[in-house]
Amino acid sequence: MSLPFILFFVFAIVAVVGAILLIVAREPIHSALSLIMVMVALAALYLLLGAEFIAAVQIIVYAGAIMVLFVFVIMLLNAGVEERTNWSKIAKYAGLPLGIFLLFELAHWLARSAIGARIANGSEGTNGAVSTRALSEMLFQKYLFPFEATSILILIAILGALVLAKRDE
Amino acid sequence: MEFIAQHPVLVASLVKIAILMAVLMTILAYLSWFERKIIAHIQSRWGPYYVGAHGLLQPLADGIKFLFKEDLTPPASDKFVYTLAPFLALTLAITTLALIPFGPATVWIFGHETHLVVANVDIGLLFLFAITSLGVYGVALAGWSSNSKYSLLGGLRSSAQMISYEVSLTLSVVGVLLLAGTFNFNELVTSQQGYYLHFIPRWRIVPQFIGFLCYFTSAIAETNRAPFDLPEGEQELVGGFHTEYSSFKFAMFFMAEYANMVTVSCLATILFLGGWLSPFPDRWTAMQYLPAASLLALAVYLAYDTFAQMRGIARIQLAVVTALAAVLGLLCLLPAVMPVIQGPFWFTFKMGLLLFFYVWTRSTLPRLRYDQLMSFGWKLLLPVSLLNLVVTALWIVFPQLVNHG
Repeated sequence: MSLPFILFFVFAIVAVVGAILLIVAREPIHSALSLIMVMVALAALYLLLGAEFIAAVQIIVYAGAIMVLFVFVIMLLNAGVEERTNWSKIAKYAGLPLGIFLLFELAHWLARSAIGARIANGSEGTNGAVSTRALSEMLFQKYLFPFEATSILILIAILGALVLAKRDE
Repeated sequence: MEFIAQHPVLVASLVKIAILMAVLMTILAYLSWFERKIIAHIQSRWGPYYVGAHGLLQPLADGIKFLFKEDLTPPASDKFVYTLAPFLALTLAITTLALIPFGPATVWIFGHETHLVVANVDIGLLFLFAITSLGVYGVALAGWSSNSKYSLLGGLRSSAQMISYEVSLTLSVVGVLLLAGTFNFNELVTSQQGYYLHFIPRWRIVPQFIGFLCYFTSAIAETNRAPFDLPEGEQELVGGFHTEYSSFKFAMFFMAEYANMVTVSCLATILFLGGWLSPFPDRWTAMQYLPAASLLALAVYLAYDTFAQMRGIARIQLAVVTALAAVLGLLCLLPAVMPVIQGPFWFTFKMGLLLFFYVWTRSTLPRLRYDQLMSFGWKLLLPVSLLNLVVTALWIVFPQLVNHG
């Protein structure tokens, strides 16, 4: 058992526990905190894969910016405790087995896929530490058009939200 | 011993962390003394004076007081988050300092080659921003979990302010990154070596002066310090987000604030002021006696103070400090220590200068109104730092275009 191997399981468990807490927690702030936990654990997993830049950006963008806004809005609206409903019959008898089935299906196909084989063989695969320079060359030269197109798409979404918010004035 | 031989990196890191924590805790404690003393003198007062000579034992007294006060938890609060918040604030504030290099990349200590940094990360700056961007949670969660109107308002103000100023803080640094072409702190410093006209150091503050101003202004706002300390504006909000906190939990917020100030000053030193580099050219060899000389000068002044001004127990206390300064000064003269101490000396000197600026602004400028704060951040600081970025980018690209065209 090497150190990265142990660390992988530690952070994987943290991520899964966080994800379960996110659904189970009744206080919105607790859900938000669990989500932050998941994101930080994911960043640590990226770090273990040698993707330093993605790990840092994951924390800066998701945990540091988006989730701060979530927490901010929850605090601003003073959102109350969630109310529980009884499980609907469909969710109980169809949803739960189907969900578990999907989980096994994913695990099965991942294990048989090329990526799964590579992980099982223990070769370093696609991940030798990617330098930030190489990443920027990919983003701003090879994939410049999709990158810019996505940016404009997000800008349009922001403008749309502004228009919708300002309509009643 | 076998374990040490097998894991040299691990042991070296643990030793460095221990030293860093010890030094940092002392600095955090004495920063409060430094601040109170300077503000007092600016306002024609004496400041702390009675606990120890020149109030030098005041931080210790404060610490003991914090430890022995009753630790209250409001019954209506969210207990878990209420306890988590100060820990989050302090841990995140201290973690960032592991990335800061206090001296050159390689120094020799007792025949071992080592770095004067705990973790030399390739994308150090991004990691630092990643950790500091989480710092908001400490304040926001403290405000929310206290279940008090004042705390909630303080927490809300603080999150809004930190989100707003983080944008211009990050943007003002990008200019430096463009010029240096790296995220690594060591390379960021070494890229500032050399001199303009043979005597002006090639520090980034010269081409990036506007960037430096934007950085430092938004850094003051990021750390919730005056004149941007609305989250704890006592006239309106009692104590802001930490109204309900008492005892050591309150002290933890206090320490986190000071640790953030130290981090921000360290970062400014590295990015704009040439980090551990000496401002004097290497050919001025006499300058390497400066650390020893300044400490010995301090010892001489303190010795005068001890015998001419102090009476009774204060005289003994100050004599101890004098002896300490003298011994440290003589230690700096040792040939083994002298080359090692140069980097940390200049780093600490620049950092101390920036911390002084922090305190100076606090005692000079009145607090901003909330709408002024927001319009200042979004309508002035952000456009200026963006413009700085655009001009820097053009400055770099333009010669290339001319050469190719």
